[in-house]
Amino acid sequence: MVMEENDYVDFVVTARHYKTRLTKKYMNRPVWQKQLPEDVVSALPGTVIRIMVKPGQQVEMGELVMIHEAMKMLNRIVAPVTGVVKEIYVREGDQVGKHHLMIKIEPK
Amino acid sequence: MTGLSKNIQALREKKAVVEMGGGEAAIEKQVAMGKLTARERILSLLDQGSFNEYDMFVKHDGRDFGMDKKEFPGDGVVTGTGTIFGAPVCIYAQDFTVAGGSLGLQHARKITKIMDHALKMKCPIIGINDSGGARIQEGVQALAGYGEIFYRNTISSGVIPQISLILGPCAGGAVYSPALTDFVFVVENISKMFITGPNVIKTVLGEDISMEDLGGARVHAEITGNAHFYARSEMECFDQVKRLVSFIPKNNMERVKPVEPKEPSSKLNIEEVVPVDPKLPYDVRDVIKCIVDDSDFLEIQELWAANMVIGFGRMNGATVGFVANQPMVLAGVLDCDSSDKAARFIRFCDSFNIPIITLEDMPGYLPGVDQEHAGVIRHGAKVLYAYSEATVPKITVILRKAYGGGYIAMNSRHLGADFMLAWPTAEIAVMGPEGAANIIFRKEIMEAENQDAMRREKVKEYIEKFANPYVAASKGFIDSVIEPKETRSLLLHALALSALKEEYRPAKKHGLPPF
Repeated sequence: MVMEENDYVDFVVTARHYKTRLTKKYMNRPVWQKQLPEDVVSALPGTVIRIMVKPGQQVEMGELVMIHEAMKMLNRIVAPVTGVVKEIYVREGDQVGKHHLMIKIEPK
Repeated sequence: MTGLSKNIQALREKKAVVEMGGGEAAIEKQVAMGKLTARERILSLLDQGSFNEYDMFVKHDGRDFGMDKKEFPGDGVVTGTGTIFGAPVCIYAQDFTVAGGSLGLQHARKITKIMDHALKMKCPIIGINDSGGARIQEGVQALAGYGEIFYRNTISSGVIPQISLILGPCAGGAVYSPALTDFVFVVENISKMFITGPNVIKTVLGEDISMEDLGGARVHAEITGNAHFYARSEMECFDQVKRLVSFIPKNNMERVKPVEPKEPSSKLNIEEVVPVDPKLPYDVRDVIKCIVDDSDFLEIQELWAANMVIGFGRMNGATVGFVANQPMVLAGVLDCDSSDKAARFIRFCDSFNIPIITLEDMPGYLPGVDQEHAGVIRHGAKVLYAYSEATVPKITVILRKAYGGGYIAMNSRHLGADFMLAWPTAEIAVMGPEGAANIIFRKEIMEAENQDAMRREKVKEYIEKFANPYVAASKGFIDSVIEPKETRSLLLHALALSALKEEYRPAKKHGLPPF
């Protein structure tokens, strides 16, 4: 493979600059984002079967809030924190992808 | 005062100086961070009065940058031997109060000496890490020290159990010693592990992250999988270490000494723990508790890749390793992380003569671009490798779903399982009935007037024909289809029968597992 001079970029490792090329994987890496403990996020793509809570409802940590079908399993989704259900972003029957925000809880 | 008592007095005074480590002010700082001192940690972990310290009077090698004028008592690390529940162990603890626990050549030599001792005496080595990193003033000597530790970690691997406690910072090259050991313990708010810290990440990449979010205890216990045990306090951590030591042998030539056998104490009925409907989740640890002595199960890596459960229990007093799919988390799928988790544990059990019981209930491999691109092929292959390679007694109980590649991977007969048991609820097939019916009966379904009705009928047909243990049993792939209630007694029977199992592999330098 012929490499052009301008293929090289400035790359800093331990306070020193190096000329180098980057991999596709590196360039496409996701930027880290802090996940809020009060967010109920889907771990797998699947279907929302039942929602047991309503906005404004008080929930205890570990309380069942939703049944989410994925990988042939009716998964029990529980409240990650104790608090009040702030918003529900999905409806029963909805297909959701991975990492989809489904419920937000206002922690108490 | 006689001559001898004068000498004894002088020795005591010399020891007292070293035992004060970095001095009162430094110890106060250590305590303010919620940490115990190096010696307190060792004394809390070992049997009372059993600690024998080595190399108290070792002096550091630093000559440059004014280091020759500095005294570092014990050179920042406490080493020695002792016992846990009467069994000998070698131990070292870095002393953050002395030069930040930084590692110079003599500090490292103290550690490698006690590591060599452990390997020669064939007893576990326990390392307590609490260090700012390499002593930069010593230059390449410090790197030499790390390298000599890593080399010994590798040579000792699979010969003696190696245990690491991260009780403070452990950054840069220092992280590789724990990573090479068998079990890593972390404590909330105290443990910090990373290769490059938040400052460097901020400068180079502009990504803002706290030390805790980057490499805190919870991160390693839940996200990276670098840690095996997570505790809320140092004392809880020491209890976990002692409990682990009680389950594992001293070295690879021995078996764990059996303890008094006990019946399971769980009040749960094993017949009711697992729902018959394969779509309903449950906690597979409840099944384990119905099987093991006293329902006592020591789970390892509880928070990471929780779709796979691994850990130790006892059967008739002897230690057994459990590998179990967890339908309660991610439906119990196999993925990159759960494969790594199971494979490494299987290899630990095989190295240390611990029989493996596999409890199987999984729908297959997790589909997805992220999994494929993360290399699920080579990660998944580790499970195949580890089970096939293992020569300890290997027993599988299929509780419900055993589909596709997962059926093969979870210690199937084909990988050398010694005993294959299945509950009548087992479904052993190439894939789940819905998927299979869609493929096999594609034409019939497409041509039907009512496609949904036809699909349901064909799914039912497939379930009746294949979603059971009897097809596999008819080929001899399953030895016995058993009632759930018989599980413990049949496992005890299988373990007793395989107590003298011997199985050999072709001689080789080493295999090439798909790391």
